Amino acid sequence: MNRIWSTLKDLRNYPSAIIGLVIVLALIAISIYTLIALPYDEAIRLWRGSEADWYNVPKLASPAWFNLFTAHDQPETIIVNSQDEGVDKTVTVKEETTEISIPLTFDYPYEGFPQEITVYFNVQYEEKAPYISVRWFTPTGEELRVGTVSVEGSYMPYRVSQDSKLQRRLGDEPPEIGLLADPNSEEPVALPGTYTMQVSAVAFEPGSDVDAELILYGQVHGLAGTDHRRRDLMIALLWGTPIALSFGLLAAVFTTLITLAISGIGTWFGGWVDEIIQRVTEINMVLPFLPILIMVGTFYNRSLWLMLTVVVLLSIFTGAIKTYRAMFIQVRESAYVEAAQAYGASNSRLIFNYLIPRLIPMVIPALVVGIPGFVFLEAALAVLGLGDPVLPTWGKIINEARSNGALYQGLYYWVLEPSVLLIVTGLSFSLLGFSLDRIFNPRLRGL
Amino acid sequence: MSDASLAIDAQGEVQEEEKGRPSTLSRLARYSITRLLLLFFTVVIGVYLTILIANMGGYVDEIRRGTIREEVGIEVMADQQLKQLPTEERNAIIAERIAIEEQRMGLDQPFILRSFGFLKDALTLNLGFAEEMYSDTGSRQVKLILLERLPSTLVLWGLANLISFFITLFAALFLSRRYGSVVDKIVIALAPTSSAPAWFYGIFLILIFAALLQVLPFGAMVDAPPPEGIGYYLSVAKHLILPTTAIIISSFFLTTYNWRTFFLIYSSEDYVEMAKAKGLSDRDIERRYVLRPTLPTIITNFALLLITLWSGAIILETVFNWPGLGRALYQAIGLYDTPVIVGSTVIYAYLLAITVFLLDFVYAVVDPRVRIGSEGTRS
Repeated sequence: MNRIWSTLKDLRNYPSAIIGLVIVLALIAISIYTLIALPYDEAIRLWRGSEADWYNVPKLASPAWFNLFTAHDQPETIIVNSQDEGVDKTVTVKEETTEISIPLTFDYPYEGFPQEITVYFNVQYEEKAPYISVRWFTPTGEELRVGTVSVEGSYMPYRVSQDSKLQRRLGDEPPEIGLLADPNSEEPVALPGTYTMQVSAVAFEPGSDVDAELILYGQVHGLAGTDHRRRDLMIALLWGTPIALSFGLLAAVFTTLITLAISGIGTWFGGWVDEIIQRVTEINMVLPFLPILIMVGTFYNRSLWLMLTVVVLLSIFTGAIKTYRAMFIQVRESAYVEAAQAYGASNSRLIFNYLIPRLIPMVIPALVVGIPGFVFLEAALAVLGLGDPVLPTWGKIINEARSNGALYQGLYYWVLEPSVLLIVTGLSFSLLGFSLDRIFNPRLRGL
Repeated sequence: MSDASLAIDAQGEVQEEEKGRPSTLSRLARYSITRLLLLFFTVVIGVYLTILIANMGGYVDEIRRGTIREEVGIEVMADQQLKQLPTEERNAIIAERIAIEEQRMGLDQPFILRSFGFLKDALTLNLGFAEEMYSDTGSRQVKLILLERLPSTLVLWGLANLISFFITLFAALFLSRRYGSVVDKIVIALAPTSSAPAWFYGIFLILIFAALLQVLPFGAMVDAPPPEGIGYYLSVAKHLILPTTAIIISSFFLTTYNWRTFFLIYSSEDYVEMAKAKGLSDRDIERRYVLRPTLPTIITNFALLLITLWSGAIILETVFNWPGLGRALYQAIGLYDTPVIVGSTVIYAYLLAITVFLLDFVYAVVDPRVRIGSEGTRS
């Protein structure tokens, strides 16, 4: 314990170690925050991406901070619902009909155009559907007829952006541009100001009612942007952190401990035990690691925990066993081991209480340096399409981005965000591990 | 996974020589044959493990038996004549047909016995027929599908690793000469970047050079349609730049740092000081007093590195759409084409073993203990 404490003190002399340690702690903090703020079931449900969860989120939107680098501010999503407090919905009952007026007013402070404009109608009627018409008022006071809506069913979207009649009326401009464009500007920019979409409905039945929700899908969304299924990438980025960390840490810790134990047993007993361990190691080192992992993933199941088990099993008998063996042989000869033997300590006591603890400080650097390898391995499996079927992970984002041509379409954020997190995680552990290595291996300290 | 990065002291195992000093050639031959046998044994075990996993330890047979039973049942029920027979007679006919079918598929023998048959087939590359995939010549034979992809994999990995080895070696020697300089410090600072694998750097390289700058292709091996004559090779060379760079970057800094440290340790030996005192040139000292004794260890280290790199090949080829073995395996996963997945694993087992053997052979050639035979004097 003292040894570990003094090591931590030594770490202060290595700026790279401090950077690494700070990042590792930050990642752990993010993981804890994620587990509390976004419970597992909630995250899984959201990531499954049902229509109800994500209908009001734009598709393939860049992160909001992109606006810092663009000439024209790109809009975020604007949602105006007739049930909102600021909306002045009026219902006038006449002899046979009811007139419903919904002015959907919103501020549009951006110069870029929205991705898409859709109005979701929630209509209640029994036999005769209400007649709905939509008009548009620009900040300059101009009035435009948008169109009429033929009601089918009770909940239906009116996709303004796909209205080809409207597009013809706007001089062949797509509606999301034509409705918002600044008429006095040479280049196509939106005119900032207050717009109103006036929804007027005439209902023919007493109990009939109309509600509308106007959505101007933005070009940017949140801190992370969205993917092709309108899901907020933040969920996967957040959840990827505890998954990547736990996979890397568990794999590294189990591999190291089991390797230590086996190597210790082999060295202590020597003879045929040692011989077998050596031969198994030589064979295991030449086995095709990833193809075997891929086979297990394809034929059994892709759960993260099965993968973890197989990864650990295949990583036990590696070169590390030989390195530890060399160290154990030295330790075996020390006087305190001899003393323990003299008082009659059992073999297991000697191995687990005398030999292995002696090596633990020595293998910690290797353990820490080994973590990024496992983190990247998990990501690699996901990139190959063998990621865990339910968990949102960083590798899965990269996989989906690649298979949807993110790089061809210039959607760099989609690939960059998980990649940057991966490299930051990898670098932090290896910075830390390298410094630990220098502290524990004084031979390297001067070099 | 962690071993290759830290351990520079992994000394290769050298066979014990008891007495006498046989000629260099016979020593080399003996060493090589022992290694070859051990590696072949490794391949056999690897392939057998593959078969066990692929057959889920015999579960596949149960599924096959179930399928046969169902098919025979439907066949018999569809037959009007058999349908009119009494139940007992009909059941007897069904049982008989199932037995014939199982015998035809070899299912009457226990799995353990048959697994050895599979092993023989796999070792002789008799890999069966693909379920979904075709070779470019239109064949369904897994062997043809995979062997067709082999050259492109070998071109990429051979080239990348060859360049990587020499660049790293020279960079390490250069740095050990300039120990403590700015370049040296930069390389040390960059060593942790090697924690990211080649495919990861590949994604960044594609993003920068293909998507943003648009100077190099996104992936694939040649332009489509492939140019004729010399243009073909130029096109391949252009497509090779990014994946090769990715492979080199992923190992360069850490390996350079490790080897440089290793050279430095050896440079402080007395006999090097002696050579310096004699006034030998730096080149001579490096070649004769530093490189000679370290080369065997360097090669062992490189072999370990290569083993990890081979695993990365699968993902790197997928990222770059490189039409090699790795990509074939990726496609097979997507199509759930079991025979191709198993076949790829077998081929990879062979490739790894061959790589290790080649490096072992080089090791034997450069290691004086094997070559000249001073092993007897070593304790």
